[in-house]
Amino acid sequence: MSAVGVVLADSSVIAKRNMLKITRIPDLLVGTLISPIMFILLFGYVFGGAIDVPNYREFIVPGIFAQTVIFGATITGAGIADDMQKGIIERFRSLPMAQSAVLVGRTASDVVLNVIVTVIMSLTGLVIGWRIRTSFLDAVVGFALLLLFAYALSWVMGLLGLLIRTPEAFNNLTFLTIFPLTFITNAFVPLETFPGPLQTIAQWNPVSTLVQAARERFGNVPPGTELGTWSLQNSELYTLLWIVVILAVFVPLATRQYRRAAAR
Amino acid sequence: MSEVFPRVPVMATASTAAARAVSPAVEARGLVKRYGDVTAVAGVDLTVPAGTVLALLGPNGAGKTTTVRMLTTLLVPDEGTATVAGVDVVADPREVRRRIGLSGQYAAVDENLTGFENLDMVGRLYHLGRKRSRERAWELLEQFDLTDAAKRVAKTYSGGMRRRLDLAGALVAEPPVLVLDEPTTGLDPRSRNDMWELLTRMVGGGTTLLLTTQYLEEAERLADDIVVIDHGRVIARGTADELKTQVGGQRVEVVVATDGDVDAAVAVLHEVAVGELQVERRARRVTAPVTSGTQVLVQVLQRLGEVGIVPLDAGLRRPTMDDVFLTLTGKPADEVAGVDEPARPVGEGVRP
Ligand SMILES: Nc1ncnc2c1ncn2[C@@H]1O[C@H](COP(=O)(O)OP(=O)(O)O)[C@@H](O)[C@H]1O
Ligand SMILES: [Mg+2]
Repeated sequence: MSAVGVVLADSSVIAKRNMLKITRIPDLLVGTLISPIMFILLFGYVFGGAIDVPNYREFIVPGIFAQTVIFGATITGAGIADDMQKGIIERFRSLPMAQSAVLVGRTASDVVLNVIVTVIMSLTGLVIGWRIRTSFLDAVVGFALLLLFAYALSWVMGLLGLLIRTPEAFNNLTFLTIFPLTFITNAFVPLETFPGPLQTIAQWNPVSTLVQAARERFGNVPPGTELGTWSLQNSELYTLLWIVVILAVFVPLATRQYRRAAAR
Repeated sequence: MSEVFPRVPVMATASTAAARAVSPAVEARGLVKRYGDVTAVAGVDLTVPAGTVLALLGPNGAGKTTTVRMLTTLLVPDEGTATVAGVDVVADPREVRRRIGLSGQYAAVDENLTGFENLDMVGRLYHLGRKRSRERAWELLEQFDLTDAAKRVAKTYSGGMRRRLDLAGALVAEPPVLVLDEPTTGLDPRSRNDMWELLTRMVGGGTTLLLTTQYLEEAERLADDIVVIDHGRVIARGTADELKTQVGGQRVEVVVATDGDVDAAVAVLHEVAVGELQVERRARRVTAPVTSGTQVLVQVLQRLGEVGIVPLDAGLRRPTMDDVFLTLTGKPADEVAGVDEPARPVGEGVRP
């Protein structure tokens, strides 16, 4: 096997193991599968009447997609923190496997999970009136962008998990960071509703541009939406740039931290 | 470097003599590992001839785990060199990992996977292939008496079962060199006995085994050669017999009723002791290494009677780890300074 072949083979073994683990922890399984349905229903029906956007449910579904896949990305961090606490990492370290496979496999299993979750959310969305109003190909690109962004964030979460090392502390931290990251955006309300400085932050927040890009690809942009900044006018390019930068920075950092942490 | 550190002669036993002709399975020279101010390992040399068992014996904090982690590529030594199965641990860690099986101090199993899934995964990561990994997992589950529990998640296993599963994990690729860090610590006496039997059977098959332990009894039972370490240094090496000869075959232990009797007991035991006495005043216990067990005990009881002392307790016992340390260093295990204590072969002797 080539070096890349080894990494891929080992990563798929690790990814499979992570998926197996999820099925063994019912809380995680239920939380992962049920919460997206709940979010779609709650946001769609509870806020739907209060927020002044034509066809609010169609507006909000891509926002919930984004928030949910971003939360999905945190599983990597909690999982790796958990692994570091347990003895299994010693086993991995003593095997002739590609050491990068622990992280590559981790982030890969998050993607698989996010795909499953996205399918569930899409079906729920269709039930409450969300529609894709573009082509099949556009929709695929929209979903791919959401998953890719979450994948990049998985590496950030992986690094944090390695640094923090306790799943509970990690979960607290992500709670405190992911909520502002996903709420100071256009995901649930139009950007015009934010006061001055917060609006600027929201306009340049890559989660906003991710949501904007997804809405464009699904044909869910409400008529009359103002795109005041370059980031929003070029939402897809801007989001892709973020993805590339995050991967370029955090893949090496997380990989290095894994080597270090495991060597203790 | 290897010129500076001449090969320390390992006392040959019958089983090691033949194996010595080929290159050793594990060879470490001058291994050093520091953590800030703490020198966890301060220059350890050891050689494990292929097909033999070496026990690294030492109390908690002696540097056993650190040594083992350097030999198994989990830690990079600050100084020194080591080869395992002929491969340099620093230069080619992946190749070393291909040739070793490691079972660490704490069981490295995935609690949310079943016994079978754990072993199957390890097989895949050793690149045995899908089919062979499965076969091997079942073989090992059978061999380690875990077949009935194969489909249960490891979380539900007892301590002994986890340990066995972990050991099975180390054996998946049938590695020529096996490294076990305190394989029986934390096990109840029965599981410990089972583990000993299992290991004895295993090394019968020609595997080289390096194990660490805190128990002289365990080292004696399993190992051809023993290396005693404390504070990161080798303080003695030899076969179990050689070590025991050095620490004195047996101990006579006397506990007296009053503080006043302690000195008298010391005087009596002095007459029969072959090494230094151990006097624990608070416990009113005096211990002496002796050569010829029961006869000496009778003699001691007689002499105590003559000076009018009726001991609360008197008996013979085998040397413990503490005795080894006391004899080798003159101090109980937890007081050994170890700073400029040179390593010395057992044969040279430390105490008269
Ligand atoms: N990661 C570490 N950081 C700091 N000190 C350590 C670390 N690992 C081990 N030590 C210290 O090194 C010494 C040897 O430890 P160890 O090799 O675990 O001993 P043993 O396995 O014989 O009980 C101890 O004093 C221990 O506290
Ligand atoms: Mg240890």
